[in-house]
Amino acid sequence: MADAEPQGAAYEEEHVHTVYEQIASHFSATRYKPWPIIEKFLKELPDGAVGADVGCGNGKYLAVNPRVFMVASDRSTNLVKIAKQHQPHASIVADIMNLPHPRHSLDFAISIAVIHHISTPERRIEAVKAILELLRPPSASEPGSGGRALIYVWALEQKDSRRGWDEGNEQDVMVPWVMRAKKEKEAKKKKGQESQEAPKEGEQPPEQPQDKTFLRYYHLYRKGELEEIIEEAGGDTVEAGYDKDNWWAIVQRKS
Amino acid sequence: MKLLTLNFLTCAIKTCKTSPSSFPLHPRDAELEILETDINLPFLKNILPRLMWDELRTITSELGLPELPPAAPTREDLVEPGAQAAEGEEVEEQPSQTAKDLHRVLLETTVKEGKLACGNCGHEYKVMEGVPNFLLPGHLV
Repeated sequence: MADAEPQGAAYEEEHVHTVYEQIASHFSATRYKPWPIIEKFLKELPDGAVGADVGCGNGKYLAVNPRVFMVASDRSTNLVKIAKQHQPHASIVADIMNLPHPRHSLDFAISIAVIHHISTPERRIEAVKAILELLRPPSASEPGSGGRALIYVWALEQKDSRRGWDEGNEQDVMVPWVMRAKKEKEAKKKKGQESQEAPKEGEQPPEQPQDKTFLRYYHLYRKGELEEIIEEAGGDTVEAGYDKDNWWAIVQRKS
Repeated sequence: MKLLTLNFLTCAIKTCKTSPSSFPLHPRDAELEILETDINLPFLKNILPRLMWDELRTITSELGLPELPPAAPTREDLVEPGAQAAEGEEVEEQPSQTAKDLHRVLLETTVKEGKLACGNCGHEYKVMEGVPNFLLPGHLV
């Protein structure tokens, strides 16, 4: 962990929200392929189901199933502006802790790569509670009939990944996002456009673009931790697993 | 923001959610824009049972839009009568005028700029460039 201790909303504002707002379009350009488990969850929903994508980012999961209606939300206005192109869905700016949906109204929710950005255990539980609160409760006669949510978080156990973290490592980390400056490409383009003219004598060369590094706060979940939080939040884990450096769980309300 | 969205939105303030007057949110100073999209009859049929019809009527009336009928249409109302399928033949259902009107008001009529007000606490959420913002100021969190 870097020098500062995780401490809640203000910390997340600085080390998560502000960063995504700045890297939005670059981040979005790298996020287009849906992960298979999430795609399957969304495709198996009955036609006409209504749900939420909490922390939708660029809205890549809004393209998966046009036969359901999703209200997608994110803290980053710049990401929501990218997400809003997907029909028939809707996109809004909102915080997971204060979602503007009527309670117990939705058939499903997804929250992908979101609650690993929350910096205290209490707030992680609160975030899962907020997701559970959106869902229709199961009817008394059919225990499995309530709304369901799919949650994905980054795993601590990912020793084969580029980051190489594993069991026993620090769980609260700052992860760099590097925006590479397009030096060569830009130069080539200029050459083509300006008939390969060299900069004139005495003229300042155009400002050299520099790589920019942004640090984002993450809490890496150890094995079993996501289910513990779900339990504490009053939810039932229906199914859970590990998928490419992430822990995931499908949850429903107990009542 | 398409008007259908308002069917699934309420005030972001926790204490408002238990109060019936927090739903629906009321558009204020709204600048509307029609953004045309392809009509999707199966989608309209499926979303129909989820619509809070009386509340949608309130919203359209507050926006000065043509009045919605007093009762919600049925699934059958959305299909253009006539095209009868012969036995063993598939004929694609065509949307009726009712379906087209519903598509227009729910999916194509959007709030471009304006505010959404909670009927319980009076808090107003801004809509800018078609995106409503529900982030709360510090003292309301």
